[in-house]
Amino acid sequence: MPLIDLANPHRFLALARWLVPVFALLAAVLLVAGFALGFRAPPDYQQGDTVRIMYVHVPAAWLALGIYVMLAVAALGTLVWRHPLADVAAKAAAPIGAVFCLICLVTGALWGRPMWGAYWVWDARLTSMLVLFLLYLGILALWRAIEDPGTAGRAAAVLALVGVVNVPIVKFSVDWWNTLHQPAAVFRLDGPAIHPSLLWPLLTCALGFLALVLALHLAAMRNEILRRRVRTLRLLATAEAR
Amino acid sequence: MNLGPHATFILAAYGAAALALLSLVLWVWIDYRAQRRALDALDAQGITRRSARAETGR
Repeated sequence: MPLIDLANPHRFLALARWLVPVFALLAAVLLVAGFALGFRAPPDYQQGDTVRIMYVHVPAAWLALGIYVMLAVAALGTLVWRHPLADVAAKAAAPIGAVFCLICLVTGALWGRPMWGAYWVWDARLTSMLVLFLLYLGILALWRAIEDPGTAGRAAAVLALVGVVNVPIVKFSVDWWNTLHQPAAVFRLDGPAIHPSLLWPLLTCALGFLALVLALHLAAMRNEILRRRVRTLRLLATAEAR
Repeated sequence: MNLGPHATFILAAYGAAALALLSLVLWVWIDYRAQRRALDALDAQGITRRSARAETGR
């Protein structure tokens, strides 16, 4: 189905109606399997059992970044191609990305305390992740502050595109600066540096969280379409009453 | 299952993540119910989309 066909809200709602439960079910199966594998895996030789926080922390970090990239692409869709669903997709994605970013920060702090002796350090990875969270909050604030969805969508799109410069900073912060945070261990040119007994549960959990994000995003987009329909009908009713 | 000396941190991390995700799922579901209720209320007042009006002849 071409992307432009989804510009029709009827078609999108029909697609979302069966995709949301499919992704939700997939998420439940993969997360149960991933956590079961993860809690049966042996503890890390250095970090012990705290390595199990990785099964939430790492997918949350990947998704917080991935959702922001998607949001930036949707911002281009709003500003350049004016695709009718682009700012609906962006508005629906922002709170989901913010929650995953918050999960990454909180679980990171709870992992950092026993391993580093501190909940927080101002190193490049942690600080750039905090900036990502603040960008999400800024985008959400713009959506709430401006009443007209079109104007709010364009303002949020500009902020999203400006903020996308932070994405490579988050990714490469551990290479560009000396950080307490460990370097990349999965997406490396020379292959993953994690033992398969820890890697497979991690990838299963990551796929499970991805399926959850897809289900939540489609459901939130459906809500936004309905919200706009309610707004239009109320404006119509007010105009007809005059 | 024995999670070692740092069990509190591990359980707190999973608890915080579960709470955040559950809140997100609940928020999406409550929002859906609210929008559907608003649409149904408008429909009951006879305020519908032009395409729906053309279909019903209202």
